[in-house]
Amino acid sequence: MTGVAGTIEAEKSRDIRKRWLLSLPALLIILIAATGPLLIVLVYSFLTPGPYGDVQWLPSPDGWISVVMEKDIFDGTFSLADAHVSIFIRSVVLSLATTVLTLLVGFPTAYFIATRPEKTRELWLFLITIPFWTNLLIRTFAILEIIRNEGLINGLMLKFGLISKPVQMLFTDGAILTGMAYVYLPLMVLPLYASMEKLDFRLVEAGYDLYATPFKVLRKIIIPLVKPGVVAGSILVFIPALGAYVTPSILGGGKNLMLGNLIELQFGQGRNWPLGSALSITLMLIVMVALLVYVRNAGSQGSRHG
Amino acid sequence: MARAFSIRRQRGFTAIAMTCFFALYLPIAVLVFYSFNAGESLAAFEGISLRWFAQAFENQQVIDASIRSLQIASVAAIVATIAATMAALATTRTEPYRGLTLKYAFINQPLMIPEIVTAVALLIFFARIKIWTGYSGLGYLIAAHTAFCIPFAYLPIRARLENMDLTLEKAAADLYATPWNAFRYVTLPLLWPGILAGFMLAFVISLDDVVITEFVKSAGQDTLPTYMLGQIRRTITPEMNAISTLFLLLSVCVVTVFFIVNRKRV
Repeated sequence: MTGVAGTIEAEKSRDIRKRWLLSLPALLIILIAATGPLLIVLVYSFLTPGPYGDVQWLPSPDGWISVVMEKDIFDGTFSLADAHVSIFIRSVVLSLATTVLTLLVGFPTAYFIATRPEKTRELWLFLITIPFWTNLLIRTFAILEIIRNEGLINGLMLKFGLISKPVQMLFTDGAILTGMAYVYLPLMVLPLYASMEKLDFRLVEAGYDLYATPFKVLRKIIIPLVKPGVVAGSILVFIPALGAYVTPSILGGGKNLMLGNLIELQFGQGRNWPLGSALSITLMLIVMVALLVYVRNAGSQGSRHG
Repeated sequence: MARAFSIRRQRGFTAIAMTCFFALYLPIAVLVFYSFNAGESLAAFEGISLRWFAQAFENQQVIDASIRSLQIASVAAIVATIAATMAALATTRTEPYRGLTLKYAFINQPLMIPEIVTAVALLIFFARIKIWTGYSGLGYLIAAHTAFCIPFAYLPIRARLENMDLTLEKAAADLYATPWNAFRYVTLPLLWPGILAGFMLAFVISLDDVVITEFVKSAGQDTLPTYMLGQIRRTITPEMNAISTLFLLLSVCVVTVFFIVNRKRV
């Protein structure tokens, strides 16, 4: 006795089968050319480096140990790998600084756009979107041209006699920070704008009716209401900044490395693929933690409002 | 002096926003300006000329890299858009079923993993395949680009689908349209702006990619961005500015079209 319920069940499972079939190409492409190879990285991180790059199929924990430790070549004792640790710290500090800087500039900018009349708002938004979709390499190159020794800033300062010889700005941590803040700024403004657009200004009005100062309104009403946008923007800036490769390699030069450059080095001149793999997995884990924090935060926000 | 009180006003915000827009566009403006420099130097402007554009157009490496970039971006964006459209149809307008969340996570996965990690993974994986098969053509780059383009193509298509009116398709079904005809004559035309937007996003994303391409490419497979990266690390002439200006122009055109297509959404 299947009856009507049975037919509906059959219909449903056929629909689900069709849906799996439809999504198969996308899932397969991503599995082969994005997700699957990550597992190989995990395997490689436990192998022995080959003499000319690549790996030998001998299990070894050295890749992971050298992420933070250094083996003394004479007596085999371990000590903290200062170079790696300082690169880790630099990456995290620079990424956090980039996030804070873009937030400080991006918040007022997003607020400005959100409070424009409907007609002009779209134009301002368009002006933020253009840099967002133009090549990151070109934008980094543009910053390079401004801050290098023969660049615009030094050129102008020399011309007006403010300095007698160019100030070295390129190849410093400051250069990396400036560049990253510049290229990732739209990633902060767009989600901030998205949550400010929905801001209910009657609440702001109520604040003023109760004799709040503009600053108090900002701190007690506006910021708490747009917090999801602040969190989303911060995550969107922090994650790519942490794994940045192009911007630090152009503006930081060979000495001021970040994690991305350290990883590249292991697959290039370093010829230590297991270490490079272990570093990649480490970077991925840090990003996962950041994402988890975001998901938990977004989840609690959603339940409070909805 | 007293300005009318507005509840929307926050002191200093407008000034910061203006500074922000200025800072966002100044470097790009300088870059474009110097591409018209008649002189060799990037420090002094010696009059307007198109010599660097002419030089870029005569540079065989630039031409080859540009053609390669466009080839990869076209194929990757088309394949990614088709796969993303199918995936969007499969993951929207349904009650949750087993594996749906997994599908979402999987499709968006390339957005979550740092690009450098994916690049390294593909370097390792494709190096193995190259040894096994002996094939070292553009296929690897196209496969890699297709994969990271899928989530970008998927987002606007899915958004469009979710805002679409279901009744029209029901009406088609009531009038005895076959599922394929209902899709072909009702769903597809309605979905078209989303598909177009997805395709353009995927195209720009593929065209701009540096990191994954840098790791995956074999010798002699430079795309325009990886060629530029190599040049920036060596010596910089205004030719780089000229190439960047043309590249910028292309991006701005695509973004403008994208904006217009997306605005027409009903």
